[in-house]
Amino acid sequence: MSIAAKANTLWEYANPRKFLATSERVLPFFWISSLVCLVVGLTWGFFFTPDDYKQGSTVKIIYLHVPASLMAINCWLMMLATSLVWLVRRHHVSALAARAAAPVGIVMTLIALATGAIWGQPMWGTWWAWDPRLTAFLILFLFYLGYVALWEAIEDSDTAADLTSVLCLVGSVFALLSRYAVNFWNQGLHQGASVMRAAAVTGADTEEKVSNIYFYPLLLCIIGFVLLFIALVLYRTGTEIRARRIKALLSRERLNG
Amino acid sequence: MIPDLGKYADAVLWSYAVSLGLLIALFVLSVMRGRKVRAEMEKVENRMMRNG
Amino acid sequence: MIALLLRDLKLAFRAGGGFGLGLAFFLIVTVLVPFSVGPQSSLLSTIAPGVLWLGALLACLLSLDRLLALDWEDGSLDLLATAPLPLEAVVSIKALAHWLTTGLPLVLAAPFLGVLLNLPVPGFFWLVISLLIGTPAMSVIGTFGAALTVGLKRGGLLLSLLVLPLYVPTLIFGAEVARRGATGMETQTPLLMLAGITAATIALLPFASAAVLRINLR
Repeated sequence: MSIAAKANTLWEYANPRKFLATSERVLPFFWISSLVCLVVGLTWGFFFTPDDYKQGSTVKIIYLHVPASLMAINCWLMMLATSLVWLVRRHHVSALAARAAAPVGIVMTLIALATGAIWGQPMWGTWWAWDPRLTAFLILFLFYLGYVALWEAIEDSDTAADLTSVLCLVGSVFALLSRYAVNFWNQGLHQGASVMRAAAVTGADTEEKVSNIYFYPLLLCIIGFVLLFIALVLYRTGTEIRARRIKALLSRERLNG
Repeated sequence: MIPDLGKYADAVLWSYAVSLGLLIALFVLSVMRGRKVRAEMEKVENRMMRNG
Repeated sequence: MIALLLRDLKLAFRAGGGFGLGLAFFLIVTVLVPFSVGPQSSLLSTIAPGVLWLGALLACLLSLDRLLALDWEDGSLDLLATAPLPLEAVVSIKALAHWLTTGLPLVLAAPFLGVLLNLPVPGFFWLVISLLIGTPAMSVIGTFGAALTVGLKRGGLLLSLLVLPLYVPTLIFGAEVARRGATGMETQTPLLMLAGITAATIALLPFASAAVLRINLR
């Protein structure tokens, strides 16, 4: 099968009807598999992994914190991609998927921030530190809020889709810029605070590796969060498509009556 | 049943409670809105059918 | 182009809106700071660069919702959109007018307010320089925010919510320049970053603002 043919089959889902029919069919699979992964992963992590010699039992928070943080960032990336698709190809499903994903991203960011703060209290001795990573997440949260607020504020759904898409593009650039600015800013404040290195333990992408006992349940939780995210976004996109259809039907009715 | 969490029991339990609470809240709100919108769409569609 | 700039400036002066209000707001914020943190001069001089930057930023924000709203209401924005002048240029001129009526006065007023907050002597120079470089970016970003929310009835609060996160990089580097300057540290790196952000926003953001404005005028 050529790449073009493959791409064509993917674009078919831009048709709202086709999207609804297909998502209806696959949704149960995503709901159940995400539930299974999360239940198994969290139970495994919570009941059957030993305490860390340094962090004690707080290491168990990792199973929520890391997946939520990953999804918070990936959700924004997904919104960026769907916004671009909307701006270029004008598929309504794409714009509505971005809208549907934003609240999920907000919740993920909130979970990441909350679990981070609860973990930070016993470990760093403070709920909140203006560490670059934490600060960048807080800024991401603000961007999510602005994005959702703009969607809510505009009546016409096509205009709203256009404006929020542009905001998402510009916001992505500024969010990235803020990430580096924040890095610079905190270094400027205190040179390499050694306590903050502890953040490396919770970051999957850093040199300090999470040891195997914690890694497998963590992986399961991450898969569970990804599946849950997909399920939620598919479901909520369906809701948005129906809401848009109601609007269209009502305006047609008003036109006729 | 619950493993010995040592002196950090509060932190661990709270973070699980907060996270799961937020996730469940998101799920419930999504499903509630989804149900409402779906019912309304069916209502509007039926009305359109009847009126042509 | 120049005619448009002159018209905007004239309107700003006559209405007295952005020009005086922004300055007065900046002054009031600065005066309120010692009331809220206490009058110790050592404390004030430490936080002075940051407070002045924040004050300037908020004062800038204050006049943004009038930036395009007046032209939107009386329909002259539609005229401008159909004029031979590209909308990108119109948006840039609007931003320039906003900077001349809001940003520049803030830059000029900042040293006097610095006196009130016990800003250390070497800090004055760097404060003015950093504001001079940073405020154009704030006007351009603000124009983008104003273009996004121009069609909304109650856009003011939303405008702040959208624009403030975009101000983060500018604020970080700008305040860093002022703070480092006040304590006698080297300022070259943040200054270059600040100038880079300003240059990039002036070059690129008008396209986004014009695109957004076209959507809103549709």
